[in-house]
Amino acid sequence: MNRIKELFEKKKNILSIYYTAGYPNLGDTVQIAEALEKSGADILEIGFPYSDPVADGPVIQASSKQSLDQGMTLKVLFEQLKDLRKNVTIPVLLMGYVNPVLQFGVENFCKACAEVGVDGCIVPDLPMVEYEEFYKDCFESHNLCNIFLITPQTAEERIHKIDSLTNGFIYLLSSSATTGKNLEVGNTTEDYFARIKGLNLKNPTMIGFGISDKQTFDKACEYANGAIIGTAFVKAIADGNLEESVEGFMKKFRG
Amino acid sequence: MKYKVNEKGYYGDFGGAYIPEMLYPNVEELRQNYLKIIDDVDFQKEFHQLLKDYVGRPSPLYLAKRYSQKYGANIFLKREDLNHTGAHKINNTIGQILLAERLGKKRIIAETGAGQHGVATATVCALRGLECVVYMGEVDIQRQAPNVARMKMLGAKVVAATSGSKTLKDATNEAMRDWINNPVDTHYIIGSVVGPHPYPDMVAIFQSIISEETKKQLLEQTGSDKPDYVLACVGGGSNAMGMFYHFMDDEEVKLIAVEAAGKGVSSGLSAATTYLGKEGVLHGSRSILMQTEDGQVVEPHSVSAGLDYPGIGPQHAHLFKTGRGQYVSITDDESLEAGLLCTQLEGIIPAIESAHALAYLEKMEFKGGENVVVCLSGRGDKDLETYIKYFNL
Repeated sequence: MNRIKELFEKKKNILSIYYTAGYPNLGDTVQIAEALEKSGADILEIGFPYSDPVADGPVIQASSKQSLDQGMTLKVLFEQLKDLRKNVTIPVLLMGYVNPVLQFGVENFCKACAEVGVDGCIVPDLPMVEYEEFYKDCFESHNLCNIFLITPQTAEERIHKIDSLTNGFIYLLSSSATTGKNLEVGNTTEDYFARIKGLNLKNPTMIGFGISDKQTFDKACEYANGAIIGTAFVKAIADGNLEESVEGFMKKFRG
Repeated sequence: MKYKVNEKGYYGDFGGAYIPEMLYPNVEELRQNYLKIIDDVDFQKEFHQLLKDYVGRPSPLYLAKRYSQKYGANIFLKREDLNHTGAHKINNTIGQILLAERLGKKRIIAETGAGQHGVATATVCALRGLECVVYMGEVDIQRQAPNVARMKMLGAKVVAATSGSKTLKDATNEAMRDWINNPVDTHYIIGSVVGPHPYPDMVAIFQSIISEETKKQLLEQTGSDKPDYVLACVGGGSNAMGMFYHFMDDEEVKLIAVEAAGKGVSSGLSAATTYLGKEGVLHGSRSILMQTEDGQVVEPHSVSAGLDYPGIGPQHAHLFKTGRGQYVSITDDESLEAGLLCTQLEGIIPAIESAHALAYLEKMEFKGGENVVVCLSGRGDKDLETYIKYFNL
């Protein structure tokens, strides 16, 4: 039943796409999911917007603001996602900051995720200690994976701890940066990717931040099970026909 | 020590370090080292030497005679406005720059609202020869022009925060983004008792010099080191925490924290966090913040840039929730009137932030003879334009 586990067992070079729910138009959320699956995405990361996204660069900030201005809330999002599993079969994660989750209620949030068929979450500002103490049981009882991030500065001991706490994949940041910075793969980045590969973690890894084209995607796939694209995709669907934009963007990777 | 931080970084239900992994190594480095560094004899010596010779401490505790006459109590003003750079903010920046040096950091970033913390940061960076970048909301850059000019003259780069309400909250977001993108050589000097643990505790320790001196000065002047009331304004809450720190465990001393009501707590244009807020996470800690039902942060409003913030520090949230502190609010109009009154009664032009604390005196009832200390956290030079416009001077 675990869609994420199944995917990593049968596939390599996994492509995960992030986009902001309710952007460019409030009602686009599920349509984008369907278009992405159709054109070859393996995992979807649907961002629920937050007013103060400190880990994000200008593009995702702007898409979040536009979505909020158009009326997006977690309540609205779960309402939209009721139709998600009609046509979408690939793993879906929700990504966002901890405060909206707290206000929605952690228990309610997990329940709503399970009901609409969400497989896991990425909550970058939810600390590991708090997750372990207050959230883990709730997440696991609803079969939700919680995905943690690591950076080149994350200590090895902590990486192993993260590996023991999660059961989806580990989100490898190519560098310590806000979203939307370009990936400059130099010797130090490659050393870092190779170092992580050498740790033989139980979880698969996905490289994110700075992946924007086929070349950076292929590079990332040399060291990890796949890669995550966010900012470049959000930029690509800003205007024009939505389905065409999604298809055109995905062709670069799945041509 | 009932109100101090516990070993997990919490004050009751509040605090913690809600930060993305990118910030973890920096914050963890601080957490492991801050007490060790602060308690070090050489650090203490250098810190206190600078506070004395450079900042001009101790700041006077001044018995304001005409105020006292007016209100029928002994009103003491703790003169943080007389510090070098004009506010209490420098107590913290001196402490943090010495700490940053000991951690081997080469580059300093800061956020600022009224510009006082930005100036205090730019000042210590000039003093120690370190690169300095200050993030400031575009709106605040407009209304605090003299402080922007001072920062530039001190060699700092002032970067405008153009998102959201373009004030203190947004400047803090930008500073955090900078820190994420510069994870190794940069120290972020947070200016208030907000942010992930250990910041609220660290800033409170550096600001606690305010109440440490006040106790000594009160003892000399009144024969008792115990006032009946201490008052301070609260944005994030650093001058208030400094003013409360050594009085917190003595429950007989009443702590009054004055928030900015803006145009009125129910006007939709307010920064009265404890009145309008709910528990949640903002800028790395669990506290009380103004937010929508969906958990989106609400844009605050105050005439005073230093109080124009939708949250309060976690320790304040704890003092509020436990009832140890009384949290009240003062409107824009009331604060400006109080600023003029202070100027004309005592010959002191207060910062509009500090004028909020002074304004609350008007609402208190005294039996007579109580000892009341008000933290005069800053001087009003930066606010002249606002005062002049408001009073048609």
